[in-house]
Amino acid sequence: MKKAVVRIYMGLIFLFLYAPIITLIAFSFNKSKSRGQWGGFTLDWYAELFKDRLITEALYYTILIAVLATLISTIVGTISAIGIHYMRGFSKNLVLNINNLPVLNPDIVTGVALMTLFISAGMKLGFVTMLIAHVLFCIPYVILAVLPKLRQLNRHIAEAAMDLGATPGYALRKVILPEIRPGIVSGALMAFTLSIDDFVISFFTAGNEVSNLSILIYSMAKRGVKPSINALSTLMFVTVVILLLIINKKSEKGEELLL
Amino acid sequence: MKKILASVIVAAILISMAFSLSGCGEEQVVLNVFNWGEYIDESLLDEFEKQTGIKINYKTYDTNETMLAKLEAGGSSYDVVFPSDYAVSEMIRKDMLLPLDFENIPNYKYVDERLKNLEYDPENKYSVPYFWGTIGILYNKNMVDDPVDTWDILWNPKYAGQILMKKDVRDAMGASLKRLGYSMNSTNDEELKQAQQALLEQKKIVTGYYGDEIKDMIANGDAAMGLTYSGDFMELYWDESADFSHIGFGIPKEGTNLWFDCMVIPKSCKHKKEAEMFINFMLDPEISYQNSIAVGYTSPNVEALNRIRQEMPEVFELPAFWPDDSILENSDVYVDLGDYKSVYNQLWTEVLVD
Repeated sequence: MKKAVVRIYMGLIFLFLYAPIITLIAFSFNKSKSRGQWGGFTLDWYAELFKDRLITEALYYTILIAVLATLISTIVGTISAIGIHYMRGFSKNLVLNINNLPVLNPDIVTGVALMTLFISAGMKLGFVTMLIAHVLFCIPYVILAVLPKLRQLNRHIAEAAMDLGATPGYALRKVILPEIRPGIVSGALMAFTLSIDDFVISFFTAGNEVSNLSILIYSMAKRGVKPSINALSTLMFVTVVILLLIINKKSEKGEELLL
Repeated sequence: MKKILASVIVAAILISMAFSLSGCGEEQVVLNVFNWGEYIDESLLDEFEKQTGIKINYKTYDTNETMLAKLEAGGSSYDVVFPSDYAVSEMIRKDMLLPLDFENIPNYKYVDERLKNLEYDPENKYSVPYFWGTIGILYNKNMVDDPVDTWDILWNPKYAGQILMKKDVRDAMGASLKRLGYSMNSTNDEELKQAQQALLEQKKIVTGYYGDEIKDMIANGDAAMGLTYSGDFMELYWDESADFSHIGFGIPKEGTNLWFDCMVIPKSCKHKKEAEMFINFMLDPEISYQNSIAVGYTSPNVEALNRIRQEMPEVFELPAFWPDDSILENSDVYVDLGDYKSVYNQLWTEVLVD
């Protein structure tokens, strides 16, 4: 009896979580453009997706910015986290709080502030400004993901390595980094999803040169979102599921995680 | 682990190099075009690039307000944008537009004479119409048995709980003003007060206030009728994969709003001549015909319309595509209200929160 209740509860929660995505996947095969009518099965939207120059361009920039922003913010964030970890007292608290501020700050404030800064500095809004903005809002999340791992790290391990003749750089690469790798990976994943997701900050910093998927989809409000976007979302969802399966399989085998 | 990291970095650097390389080289003219989302036949962009060798950087926006905000913020330049009527007059008032050189836009001669020199650009110095249409009442023929030809039907208690209103200050206030026989651009406090009273009255029988969902809700039978753009009906009409023959669109005989989306050149334009070439290209009868068929909205181009009339005469029976002349005469084009806009907003907010 109790088991049944638990199962039903679990089922309902999963239904709640996944019903929107299932609907979206179903409608990506809908012949009709309408959101309420079923016009028959079709794969046309998938074919059209790759012919659509606006969508392919936006997808290219979304992924390029996400990859670069993840890479830069993970490197900068990890180094900063190690630095912050070895700080002491008041200055450590101060830096930590400064780091938390952008996380708590509403996106719209960050976006408008960055736009104002770029324009007043005479920079042309475009790819570079958007990348800087993405790196900027990703770094605090990477720091927050890496710091707990550093706290778990035994302080004396690095010292022991150096006592045994390792240079500080060697100790960092061979001792500290491998120990905190799970934190770095989760920080990088976090940065990647945040970057792909972001609309508000991108909107204000993108200028006329580039546009990412969220800006493009948002601009379809007047005429309704094109079903090709359902097709694209379906493909992205499937890609993520496959990636997760591969990662899980690998870690089961005890192989190294990505990165 | 190191190998993976290294290869990712190398890949990223290569990609970004490829990106920056494509940016330099020979000085090629890039035209920055800023339009509503999903509002063009995209193959025409390729066609223009092929014909002229000019590259188009095409970006999209969702509302006039978003577009205005981006233009006013500065930091990037746009060569051709597509504001609606009232936004055109606002941009003229704020001195954001360059006058067009019609010598470079010979195809302007194809534009319907009735659609030139309208209130938003009285001397037609800055803008060229792109698409136009009306607002009216979208309805489900199975649920409505009265003729849909008057604004009063949106106030008919017989349809209580089945009426959808547009959540837009100008459209809702405009419908109410027109029903009372006033102009949609009224700046008379007394008239506006009456229009607001009527909307408050109507609220008792209205299901809700919505945006672009109205079309789908009526198509699904969730409501009997609602205030929409003519283009919403046309979109259902052109959708061949589902049957929407039970959906109709009526324009009230009291008159309605005539809307125009126009092409203009903002002051930040860097390539005025090429921008005018693009506007001229979009006004070409053949191109205009193709665009009108693809987007489904009514072209201002007489030649393009003649061709559609020959091929699909039935489309001209639809008031959503081709409203009667009598309706055109009674209708108003929105003009920029300037500071008076806040009075409308105030009254409309009171209706919404009541």
